[in-house]
Parts: sequence; C-alpha cells; structure tokens
Amino acid sequence: MSTDVTTDATVTSAALALGDDALVLSHRLGEWAGHAPVLEEEVALANIALDLLGQARVLLSLVGDEDELAYLREERAFTNLQLVEQPNGDFAHTIARQLYFSTYQYLLYTELAAGDGLFAPLAAKAVKEVAYHRDHAEQWTLRLGDGTDVSHQRMQRACAALWRFTGEMFQPVAGLDVDLPALESAWAASVTDVLRRATLAVPEGPRSGAWAAGAGRQGLHTESFGRMLAEMQHLHRSHPGASW
Amino acid sequence: MVTTTALEAELLEVAGAVPDPELPVLTLLELGVLRAVHAHGPDSVEVELTPTYTGCPAVEAMALDIERVLHEHGVRDVTVRKVLAPAWSTDDITDEGRRKLREFGIAPPRAGRVAEPVGLRLGPTRTLAQEAGEAADPVRCPHCGSAETELLSRFSSTACKALRRCLSCREPFDHFKEL
Repeated sequence: MSTDVTTDATVTSAALALGDDALVLSHRLGEWAGHAPVLEEEVALANIALDLLGQARVLLSLVGDEDELAYLREERAFTNLQLVEQPNGDFAHTIARQLYFSTYQYLLYTELAAGDGLFAPLAAKAVKEVAYHRDHAEQWTLRLGDGTDVSHQRMQRACAALWRFTGEMFQPVAGLDVDLPALESAWAASVTDVLRRATLAVPEGPRSGAWAAGAGRQGLHTESFGRMLAEMQHLHRSHPGASW
Repeated sequence: MVTTTALEAELLEVAGAVPDPELPVLTLLELGVLRAVHAHGPDSVEVELTPTYTGCPAVEAMALDIERVLHEHGVRDVTVRKVLAPAWSTDDITDEGRRKLREFGIAPPRAGRVAEPVGLRLGPTRTLAQEAGEAADPVRCPHCGSAETELLSRFSSTACKALRRCLSCREPFDHFKEL
C-alpha cells in the first residue's frame, strides 16, 4: 500500500517524537503478554499495544521506512518521552504510566484532530482508540487506589515514582503546534480528579527542574531503555529483511 | 459527491463483496471500510480502504483479497490505498451488517453512540455519562435478547470488541464497541 513520506524537517521531528512514544509504549505493554494478572488484562494490554503500534506505523511512515526507523536506529536517535520507556514494574506501575500517558495523548490528539495539520487525520482516528485506553487506566486506578490496603499502597507508590517523568510531556516539540500550557493544566486537572476519586494523594514531587526527569525528546534515555531496544531490535538485526 | 461511473459502481460491488477476514459473516461494504473505487481506464483502478482501528492487522489481508477479486474480475492493475480521514466509525456499519453480527452472536454497536472526540470533557463525566446512557440504550444479549448484561472487559478477542456477560442466560458474548 502506498504511503506519503514528508520532507519538512520540523514535521519530521514531531512525527518521530509521537511515533517513538507510541512504538516504545507498545513494546513495553507487549512485554506483559504471558505475565498479566488475569486473562482479561492480558488481552486488554495487548489490544492497547496494538492500537499504539498502528499509530506508530502511520507516524514513522511519514518520516521514512518504518522498519528501518524502528529496528535500525541507535538509542540516542529515539526521541520518545522517558515516561513510556519506564519498565513495567508491578501492575500498578503499568497502570500509573497508562493513566499519565493516555490522558496526555488523549488531550494532544483531541487538539491535533481539531486542526488541519498533517497529523489531523491520524489524530482524529486515534483519539477514539485512546479514549478507551484512558478509560481502562482510569477504571484500574479507581479499583486499585480504592481497593485493599495493599493495592492502595502499591498504586500510591507507582503514581509517586512516575510523577517526575510527567513534566516532559509538556516541553515544546518542533513541528508540534499545540497550546502546551493549556494542555498541561487540562492534564493536571484530569489526573488530579482521577487520583482524588481513587483516594490517592496527588504526588508532590517536582515535575520540572533539576530533580525532575526528562530529556527523552533530546535522545537521552534511562538505563533500561537500551536493554529494551536490544530485545526489540535483535531479530531484525540478526536476520535483516526477515518476514513472516 | 464525486460522480461514480458505471464501471466504478460495478467494481465497488465486486470489491465490497469480499468478506472481512476476522468476521467473515460481514462483507467489507457492510463493515463500511471500503470508501471508493476510482477507475483510471478499464485496466487500472485505485481502491480506498479505511482501517477500523489504526493498528488493525486485518487491513493487509483485506487489501490482498481486494486485489485478488479485482484481478479475477479482469482488472490488471489494482492499487489499494489506505485512507484515515474521515475516520471510520461503527456508525458506518450498515443495518444488514448489524443484523448479521447479532445473528453471529456478537452484540452490534449501538448507533449514534460514538463519542465526539473533539471538545469532549475529561474527568468523571465520560464514565458517568456512559453509565447514564446504558440505562436508556442497553447492550442486549445477542443470544436471548435480554437487556440485563454486564461488562467483563473493555477489550476482547480483537481491539474492536468488548467482552460482556448476559445476566439472564449467563452466556458470555462479544460486543462490537462503539468507536
């Protein structure tokens, strides 16, 4: 099937950033296959991963050959958020990551869908899928936060641990024409509302500055990302051009 | 509306009769994923296909099937182009498609229930509005028709379906969820 590759440099960097977010989170969620707490979650996480992979394919195809971009770039060439590369941790960590990211992606795609830019068709399509991802994360946050003592503690710990990675979502990306301060306040309002209803405290740590994390958009990644990439790229690098 | 030639209408019917690879009871036309057929002369056509979900793996199988049936129909040069806009919605499934889904044991998506993504408010409203909407327009069990059903999982065997259970006949069933 035919695709259109763009040559606009700023659009390319935005497509790479959003495409890498989707690709990396898709791979992380795929790691749950065979390990999820219940069968329904196994299926749910794989479905969410598949939606994200579809988005990644469209976005990376705007830049170049999707397989080359996914399988042959080195770690420093990936511009995904550090949030999405964080290891799955326990189920609560995965849900906290989903809540933070899907809320961001939902708001971002809503805005992109309303515009007339290159990303509008994909955003209009994907935002409907992401609405389900966000709903899934919200339901689990409520269930774990307002569940047993143990589930509450673990959910609280997960929300706090990932908090410092959330500021990066609102740093400017070349070629992404969105109102970031408005996006950030809508994100904070939505996440705060879910956490409160889940009887969870909104984490107090910094989301920007020296103690916050986040230089993924500049190609700097956390330690576990290299290992994730090695696994993701191994087959393609060992058997170039392999296909099913 | 773009004018369609008799040849294009004929080829649309041929391509549209291809069964969906995952839900073979439905044709592509009933699923609403076939957008247009443009004929550039009798020997060369371009088909516009839209995915149900961005990551739907069935799209490639659909494209191959379309190419095959059009080749068999005598068209030499077939190009299948994937289009995203306007985004596919479950409202694009025809009435006949809905009837077939129900017959196949899958609760069809409810019409006109697609959330408007642009400008939708976040927060508790989505879930609460959904619950309020459930009472007025419940998902009915495709086996016994009961309106008393519960959601087991938002994601089922494929991304487009949710898993539910009927509280009357106790049978689990798939629901083609509104998108």
